[in-house]
Amino acid sequence: MSQASVSTAPTVKWADPKRYLWLLGPAVPGIGLVMLALFWYSKAMWTMWFVVVLVHMVIPALDWLFGEDAENPPDGALQSLEDERYYSWVLYAFVPLQLAVTLLGAWFAVTIDMPWYHQIGLALSVGMVNGIAINTAHELGHKKSKFDRWMARISLAPTFYGHFYIEHNRGHHKNVATPEDPASSRFGESFWAFLPRTVFGSLRSAWHLEAERLARQGKSVWSTDNENLQSWAMSLVLFGAVILVLGWAVLPFLIIQAIYGFHLLEVVNYLEHYGLCRQKKADGRYERCEPEHSWNSNHMVPNLFLYHLQRHSDHHANPTRKYQALRHFEHSPQLPSGYAGMITLAYFPPIWYAVMNKRVLAHYKGDMGRINMYEPRREELMARYAEQARTLARQG
Amino acid sequence: MTYRCPNCGYVYDEAKGEPHEGFQPGTVWKLIPDDWSCPGCSVRDKVDFEADEAA
Repeated sequence: MSQASVSTAPTVKWADPKRYLWLLGPAVPGIGLVMLALFWYSKAMWTMWFVVVLVHMVIPALDWLFGEDAENPPDGALQSLEDERYYSWVLYAFVPLQLAVTLLGAWFAVTIDMPWYHQIGLALSVGMVNGIAINTAHELGHKKSKFDRWMARISLAPTFYGHFYIEHNRGHHKNVATPEDPASSRFGESFWAFLPRTVFGSLRSAWHLEAERLARQGKSVWSTDNENLQSWAMSLVLFGAVILVLGWAVLPFLIIQAIYGFHLLEVVNYLEHYGLCRQKKADGRYERCEPEHSWNSNHMVPNLFLYHLQRHSDHHANPTRKYQALRHFEHSPQLPSGYAGMITLAYFPPIWYAVMNKRVLAHYKGDMGRINMYEPRREELMARYAEQARTLARQG
Repeated sequence: MTYRCPNCGYVYDEAKGEPHEGFQPGTVWKLIPDDWSCPGCSVRDKVDFEADEAA
């Protein structure tokens, strides 16, 4: 049990107003199943795009309607909130539902006659479910229990992203908001430049982390104890079983849903630390990760679908804290909308820069030396924002 | 001797080591690399740990 992550305040009885709303988390793959059922009965092709529409249109619309939620549980209620098993069950429920959507979706992809472009819709919808699953795996992978960690790795299998389990805790959390972290985006770096850097950089990092750990144990990196190899084996077994039953025709579906799925994780990575930077201290170490080193969003609806992922500052300060107990920090950097809306902005760099660059500059009060800068464009960016930076610095 | 992460409460016990991380039981604290990050939270490194006097 994490001691420092819950306070020693006297216990207080508190009813969580979001208790049943957390069911929206496993509702994502649930909606995937509803989508497949709808298609089965109606044969209407538009249903194949349902989850994509959910994430890009429905959730942003609901987000705009319901807005922010800055309510925090009182300190004295944190311990009992963390201890309540109900919240863990809401988390676990995601995984079997996700697997059901994946397998049924694969079956539809090869047995149902539909035009190729709707088959892509199906693959994207299933990919979206498995991409959101990476968030579920993120929550599970931060836990200490062996069961939780196995559930995390199962949840990562459909997107072939099992190495995330290694890299995220031991790489990203250690190096977050520094140029050393492949998963922290830089000021002036477009999502499209960031994507290969984070995909291959995180892969390399996961590989090296396991190599180091195994070397300490006196084992080869090719040992069966290599947790990256184990995770990829799980994906291979899953894919292999699906191909065995459905034939090679299912492979394009599997590949598209995997890539779309993990790209979703990476576009969310892009949002979370854009331009923010921990400073190097005199002893050469980076300062400790503080709330100011993450972008947050206190928008309620996407937070409910994402197990509070958007309360990102508290997560980085307390990585072992459970989702239901994460708090909003009033003075932490805030995104102008929930993640679902921000994802769309990220796809269009000029719009992203127009919205976000000034926020990064304002956060650092114009001191551009403190920004995590995209080096290939440093001169250009320094020149372009020089005046804005000067104005901000004067305002103080 | 035991050492505690000030951020999440993870405890390294020299007698138990941390075999999963490659530190066999009995591995003394000074043999652990300075930049080894806390297996509980990764927020703090070995150099940030506090000696647990209660041990």
